Amino acid sequence: MSGTWCGVDIAKLIKKNGMKAEDIPLIRKIIRRNKRLELLFAVAGFAALLVGVLTFVALFAQMAWAGWERITPEFFTNFPSRRAGQAGILSAWVGSLLVMLVTAVSAVPLGVAAGVYLEEYAPKNLLTDIIEINVTNLAGVPSIVYGLLALGVFVYTFGFGQSILSAGLTLGLLILPVVIVATRESIRSIPLHIREAAYGLGATRWQVTRDHIVPYSLPGIMTGVIIGMSRAIGETAPIITIGALTFIAFLPESPVGPEFPWVNFEWLKSGFTVMPIQMFNWTSRPEEAFQQNAAAAGFILVLMTLAMNAVSIWIRYHVRKDIKW
Amino acid sequence: MVSVATMRMSEQAAAGVALQTGVASGEARDPNSPDTAVRNGNAVPVKASVENFSFYYGDFKALKSISMPVHEKRVTALIGPSGCGKSTLLRTFNRMHDLYPGNRYEGTIRLHPDNTNLLDPAVDPIEVRMRIGMVFQKPNPFPKSIYENVAYGLRIRGERNRSVIDDRVREALRGAALWSEVEHRLHDPATALSGGQQQRLCIARCLATQPEVLLFDEPTSALDPIATASIEELIHELRDKVTILIVTHNMQQAARVSDYTAYMYLGELMEFGETNQIFVNPKRKETEDYITGRFG
Repeated sequence: MSGTWCGVDIAKLIKKNGMKAEDIPLIRKIIRRNKRLELLFAVAGFAALLVGVLTFVALFAQMAWAGWERITPEFFTNFPSRRAGQAGILSAWVGSLLVMLVTAVSAVPLGVAAGVYLEEYAPKNLLTDIIEINVTNLAGVPSIVYGLLALGVFVYTFGFGQSILSAGLTLGLLILPVVIVATRESIRSIPLHIREAAYGLGATRWQVTRDHIVPYSLPGIMTGVIIGMSRAIGETAPIITIGALTFIAFLPESPVGPEFPWVNFEWLKSGFTVMPIQMFNWTSRPEEAFQQNAAAAGFILVLMTLAMNAVSIWIRYHVRKDIKW
Repeated sequence: MVSVATMRMSEQAAAGVALQTGVASGEARDPNSPDTAVRNGNAVPVKASVENFSFYYGDFKALKSISMPVHEKRVTALIGPSGCGKSTLLRTFNRMHDLYPGNRYEGTIRLHPDNTNLLDPAVDPIEVRMRIGMVFQKPNPFPKSIYENVAYGLRIRGERNRSVIDDRVREALRGAALWSEVEHRLHDPATALSGGQQQRLCIARCLATQPEVLLFDEPTSALDPIATASIEELIHELRDKVTILIVTHNMQQAARVSDYTAYMYLGELMEFGETNQIFVNPKRKETEDYITGRFG
């Protein structure tokens, strides 16, 4: 490289034998120039960041503003109604909660087992590579496709009907790739020398997996699960596809039964609605008052998502602090 | 002229050996005393014998037809420049290479007195690892409590009796000279210990299962000089109980802690002998050059 750069004769500066005192102003000039570029990037990066943050804050604030006066205790304990002022989200939030329960119970064991197998047990060959690529691609499949799949498989073939069970399993499938990827990433962050320590003592692969790999990667897995769940709780398309009701004025049977064994699985077969569908239903009404309800429900839904993310952050900072190498 | 200078350096090294090992063990060890002669003599039984052992990483032949004995309840040091294969040889002793694809063994490593060939595909690597423990370069305690770290080897062997585990944990921590420092905080996280303490914990973790051979892979390279001294002292005490094989890039350390030394270069065993002989009177020019610091 040669020529001049910010008024400095480069060749003169670098070919001379050693720096001299009179070169110092030149060097300072170069440093100032370099730092200007740094500042430029910092400003551009911050602006890019603001686009995302401000959009979210604006949306959130607008929903809060529009729905604020609807957020009363009755809003949570009332069923939907034809009169906007009496309508509530009881069936929606209970539905969302129960669907999420099924999602977690189905996706976590499957996803963790698949992730652990891929990372610890699967031989490194072409087949494994193809499976890995497929898992990654699954994460990018549009959710409506999962809905269609679930309609055929869960609703009709397995005969689960338009139920909480079908919806939970559908969303479970949807977040399965997320759980698998989180599990694998988390396992990969366990250093080799910890693994070797366990193997070196004569542990079998299963003992290493059970006593070390899974416990040490659990915080990462849980974080991944919660991120997946906070995506699933807002999913509308696949739930509508399998036929969730949009107006529902009853609750599923309680999962806790009055007599032994105190659990009841009737609720799994129940019809249901979920928060985003309730919102969708209200936004499609012409009356202004229902728009207010939709905004209030949206506000609650975002709060639920934020709460889940808060839990995942809490896990990262508090559970993980005991696991270090 | 050069050889005279080298000779003098070797003598100094030998004097250093006698002095420092003497300090470490608390007894004066004159390399020419009858005691040492018996200790280092051919009468010492062999715990393991490496016979025509070659090792391949894929197509790369990392170790070339190595043959050497490992004497029982003695310390054998593997020295040589980086990439000479000393760690590769050490890790073979508990079949660590089986964890990764593309590695291949040739030849035999026999463990006495039962003459089991450690490299026999029919011998389960887990069986080998249960008999031969390993301490790694970087202290690698599990992110569990101090107690659980030491108890882990027993747990995977199916030991459930609480009092047996308690006893063995205490015994192992005493053996690793760590007991007095941790006896009141056995259930604290192991990762809260200092580097040197962590390494002694890793040694205790191996000792709890009473292995026949203990492998050390550069155990002090991540430690400061004081922690290094305590580990060396510990190795010196352990040699009465267990056969030790240690890889070190520190020649003074090899001279201080070992009874036998193997000098390796580019995957070959250049010279094997009693440590005193290797350091004072190496048979090969290459060994001498390495030991005197003119190479490597």
